[in-house]
Amino acid sequence: MNLYNLFHIAIVALLRNKTRAILTMLGVIIGISSVIAMLSLGQSSSESIRNEVSGMGTNLIMVMRQWRRPGVNTGNTNVETLVYSDCQAIRRHAKYVDYVSPYVSSGGQLVRGNNNWPTTINGVEPCYLEIRKYKLSAGTFFTDEQVAKYAKVCIIGQTIVENLFPNGENPIGKEIRFNKTPFKVIGVIEEKGENQMGQDQDDIVIAPFTTIQRRILAIDYVHMIYASAKSEEVAERATDEIEEILRVEHHIQPYQENDFDVRTQSEMLDMMTSITGFLTVLLAAIASISLIVGGIGIMNIMYVTVTERTKEIGLRMAIGARGKDIMMQFLAESTILSLIGGVIGVLFGILISYVVTAVIDWPFVISTSAVIASFLVCAATGIFFGWYPAKKAANLDPINALRYE
Amino acid sequence: MSIIKVENLKRNFQVGAEVVRALRGISFEINQGEFVSIMGTSGSGKSTLLNILGCLDSPSEGEYYIDDIPVSHRTKDELSLIRNRKIGFVFQSYNLLPRTSALDNVELPLLYNRNVSSSERRERAFEAIRMVGLEERMYHVPNQLSGGQQQRVAIARALVTDPVIILADEATGNLDTRTSYEIMTLFQELNAKGKTIGFVTHEPDIARFTSRTIMLRDGHIIKDETVTPVSARQMLDALPKSTDY
Repeated sequence: MNLYNLFHIAIVALLRNKTRAILTMLGVIIGISSVIAMLSLGQSSSESIRNEVSGMGTNLIMVMRQWRRPGVNTGNTNVETLVYSDCQAIRRHAKYVDYVSPYVSSGGQLVRGNNNWPTTINGVEPCYLEIRKYKLSAGTFFTDEQVAKYAKVCIIGQTIVENLFPNGENPIGKEIRFNKTPFKVIGVIEEKGENQMGQDQDDIVIAPFTTIQRRILAIDYVHMIYASAKSEEVAERATDEIEEILRVEHHIQPYQENDFDVRTQSEMLDMMTSITGFLTVLLAAIASISLIVGGIGIMNIMYVTVTERTKEIGLRMAIGARGKDIMMQFLAESTILSLIGGVIGVLFGILISYVVTAVIDWPFVISTSAVIASFLVCAATGIFFGWYPAKKAANLDPINALRYE
Repeated sequence: MSIIKVENLKRNFQVGAEVVRALRGISFEINQGEFVSIMGTSGSGKSTLLNILGCLDSPSEGEYYIDDIPVSHRTKDELSLIRNRKIGFVFQSYNLLPRTSALDNVELPLLYNRNVSSSERRERAFEAIRMVGLEERMYHVPNQLSGGQQQRVAIARALVTDPVIILADEATGNLDTRTSYEIMTLFQELNAKGKTIGFVTHEPDIARFTSRTIMLRDGHIIKDETVTPVSARQMLDALPKSTDY
């Protein structure tokens, strides 16, 4: 029997019981569509994080203290290792670094009249604006001079404006209080909206570094150092350079580990995408369980079908079908079922991820490898789960099968 | 010319510790163009004989030639091929594929013959349907057809491969007298066109339409006689027209 006849026979046999064929396919459809949807949504989320992070600038470099001290592990100590002079050292020696700003932050309550808002105030130097690529929609940023004078001025984000100035007042020049310290608003940052992790990027207050470090926190160290490489290409060299400078500054011997941590935005990116990648694989694995269930559904139906069609099998054998032909027919039937289910499942999965990405405004990504893999899995499902019933059909004795009632 | 030649055919079945000897040494020949009925009560071995003649089963002993091909010791696949090319089956319960048109049912045996193209297949199926007089209903599915019409489809399916012999197993067993006579008329017409037919039945009433009767009892042939067949067409015409509806 040739392939054309084989598929002709199988398709005609399937069409004789359309409802059952569709119900059998349903399991595969659900399985494949959920796998495809999970994989492509996972890719979409990675892609959106990538876009977001590159939007923040891939030449961004962050220096923070190392949570674990070198040498004897004394647990998560709170020993602060970064100081303002580190910033100055980087500024002096680094060749690939454009801007360097110290960074301190403090949580607290912002108050304006009857309105108040819990937030975090950030203390930085003016070049922080360049490093983080913030733009002002109104007013001005503070100057180096104001930093030197511990000036009580601040720049606020749109969320703060809405919550402290609900009546649409112009916040510029007005005074707000952070805990007990009064600050004069001198600028408003352009609205950015939420980022992909749901953080409100407009819930931000920026003040001169010295003001926060000395007046509010009364500390002599800095929480972090923000820097920007001259370009994306030299980001890695800039990182190495900062590391070297800080090792010298901190008097770290060659055999000792760093007491600080230098991270670039691309490392952050890798970290975040690896998390979403892991989640994607996890979700796809869960979704593939439903594919297995779908496969068992096919096996179940094919098994029932073989018993139900015993007489038909007997007849086919009587008119000249070999055991092999019967086997191929049933395998073809289960494979066609799972492949058609797979095609519908892929389309359905693409539709799901298209709708979801459109709703939550992620980039729409379809992974071709996932689609190809699903087809292979479908064919394998059909053959694997169709094998046993097909074998059973092929081994029937035509005499008994013809008499079967 | 002998189409079927059976020599000292024996068939034993192992049933538990006992050996049941269904056929105990049977020899006969069937020539081209014969219309043979194989008769016997239940347990006489006629079904076993039919299975062997139909290449569904192999004899325990003895030799069986169909169209001069020895088939006693063949693999399952070889037997399938012989069934496909040499034998046409007609069953008591028609055994048509449900929800499948008469034409598609008739085409079925040719699907298992890779030498037949799809256009040739269709043409031969049309021809077979025409021979049994069902052109009008060839796109109907079995449950839209009467018992007699279904059996005609089954006969067309047996004819479509142009087999050397058509083996009918109680082919009128499910039909009323009138329809039985109609089917036997068809068989006689096919026989007149040169088809060789082996007809297994236990009804003497049906067997008289054949030109030769082989009678089995307890695995032996007890009678093998050539007779002048009664014309089924005349019997059909002689039947009283039903007036009760």
